[in-house]
Amino acid sequence: MISAPVLTVVTDGDVLELHPGGAWIASQSAALERLFEGVAPQVAAAKSLKIDMTEVIEIDTIGAWLLEKASREAAQAGRTAHFVGVGERYAGLIEEVRQVNRHRPTPKPKVNPIIARLDQVGRSAWSATQDIAVFLDMFGALGVALLGVLRRPRSLRLTSLTYQIYRVGWRAIPIVVLITFLIGAIIAQQGIFHFRKFGAESYVVDMVGILVLREIGVLIVAIMVAGRSGSAYTAELGSMKMREEIDALSTMGLDPVEVLILPRIIALVIALPILTFIGSMSALYGGLLTAWFYSGMQPAVYIARLHEAVSLNSFEVGIWKAPFMALVIGIVACSEGLRVKGSAESLGLQTTTSVVKSIFLVIVLDGLFAVFFASIGL
Amino acid sequence: MDAFADLYSIRVSELVVGFGHQIVIDHLSLDVRRGEILGLVGASGGGKSVLMRTIIGLIPKQEGRITVMGRDSDLGLGRGTAVAATWGILFQQGALFSSLTARQNVQFPLREMLDISEKLQDEIATAKLEMVGIAPDDWDKYPAQLSGGMTKRVALARALALDPSIVFLDEPTSGLDPIAAGDFDQLIKTLQTTLGLTVFMVTHDLASLNVVCDRVAALADGKIVAIGPMTELLQSEHPWVRAYFHGKRSEMLRPKQD
Repeated sequence: MISAPVLTVVTDGDVLELHPGGAWIASQSAALERLFEGVAPQVAAAKSLKIDMTEVIEIDTIGAWLLEKASREAAQAGRTAHFVGVGERYAGLIEEVRQVNRHRPTPKPKVNPIIARLDQVGRSAWSATQDIAVFLDMFGALGVALLGVLRRPRSLRLTSLTYQIYRVGWRAIPIVVLITFLIGAIIAQQGIFHFRKFGAESYVVDMVGILVLREIGVLIVAIMVAGRSGSAYTAELGSMKMREEIDALSTMGLDPVEVLILPRIIALVIALPILTFIGSMSALYGGLLTAWFYSGMQPAVYIARLHEAVSLNSFEVGIWKAPFMALVIGIVACSEGLRVKGSAESLGLQTTTSVVKSIFLVIVLDGLFAVFFASIGL
Repeated sequence: MDAFADLYSIRVSELVVGFGHQIVIDHLSLDVRRGEILGLVGASGGGKSVLMRTIIGLIPKQEGRITVMGRDSDLGLGRGTAVAATWGILFQQGALFSSLTARQNVQFPLREMLDISEKLQDEIATAKLEMVGIAPDDWDKYPAQLSGGMTKRVALARALALDPSIVFLDEPTSGLDPIAAGDFDQLIKTLQTTLGLTVFMVTHDLASLNVVCDRVAALADGKIVAIGPMTELLQSEHPWVRAYFHGKRSEMLRPKQD
């Protein structure tokens, strides 16, 4: 069985003798380190060091290195140090350990902290412009691929497109319905709670209707799709990039944008308006139920008021925004996917970047649309 | 404790492993002697990696008995230091943690398993990296920046971090050029003698088998069909073993007689 390591110190005139014994192995390393801390002052003071290995039963790299370190420290201070009684079984190991840790990596040149900071600012600014370039590049490549498909409609990958629509559209319906339903219900409840003070409870229908159809419906759905499908696109394309699948496609003379990216983005552009419609209906339904149970407004009254309150305009404004948001989400997700480098960490980083960036851009786009629709009087 | 624990590092008897209805390992028995380098050969998809992964506990067995360093795997090898000090594993792709540098990768088991100062962890890690031949300037590189050969060396350093008594190597020389593969073989041999390791090596590299392995085991039809030094295997009458060692590509290994 494993015997505990011991370290006996014998002083013989000017010579300090270290007698290690027992098992000098990794599992005993904590005890070993303490033993060495205990004798460090004596070792530092000794004129000459002798390490007698006869009592060592077992030794591995850690034990050997601790002994070697003591002897090396002594040698550096200009004192003599040597090993005696090294067993044949581990002589090779001791010899090996004597060679290691004699070199340090070449130190990195020191940089002025102010310059380093400026360098960082410059790099971030540069990478921001790079981001725009990458976005435009992908937009262009997508346009070219789309033109190609329009010229030869048979080159559109229908199977892939259908599958992507199934994934990002059909399979997203339950969660979209659930969340928009809850949002609609919450807006209605808050509206009723506050409007009640003015006796204007019935106006909650106007608020829910306009808010959901114009803004909230499309925004919530776009954010969910960015988190759900955008991240999946980035991760998929990223791991394809890592495993050189995309390079394989290009060498076969196929355009990865046409084969992989175009069907994904078209699928989003088709699915997002549909999801927005479903989500908006679900939110209005949530509002209806809340109004009914919380305020006692009959469904028929709710629907009639809704009919008066919202025009087709509100609905159009909401639904028109959806495909553009889909385009932004798709382009960001795919271009971030293609920027993945070799490591798993980079895949995670790009996926996060993709989601954050597409949600940010969706909200910015929504703001721009608000300005646009206001100026054309919709 | 097994009476043979001093003689054998790994004892596998009547092992059965399968997935669903498919039996991959069929009543297989194999003993690995302490301090030897055992090479395992077998057809691609023939269960070499499955056998290795079963021994190290990544795949559950259906029947049979596995004893590693005198401990029955059914009783559990335990967790933590005990198991980590028993074996080190070099996976085929290296399996280095991609978010850590080469040095941190080697430090990781030391930091997690041992209660030693950070300075000592660092020294042990760099000592291991030097022992496997990684130059100091490459210590702080990330796995993505390392070449295939260097990745394997760093992975070997990590497998050896806690000075285990057994190392498992899954195709250590695959994907390396002949010079790098030769160097790696030499490295395994050197480390095996200096550290007194038992090496269990899955490989297809005929040169590796010839140069470094003390014994070679051939796995066919879920069983070990031949085991012994390379010279014995070359004379084996088993059809698969004959095809393996006397195929066109193996001609060069045939002892010259005339």
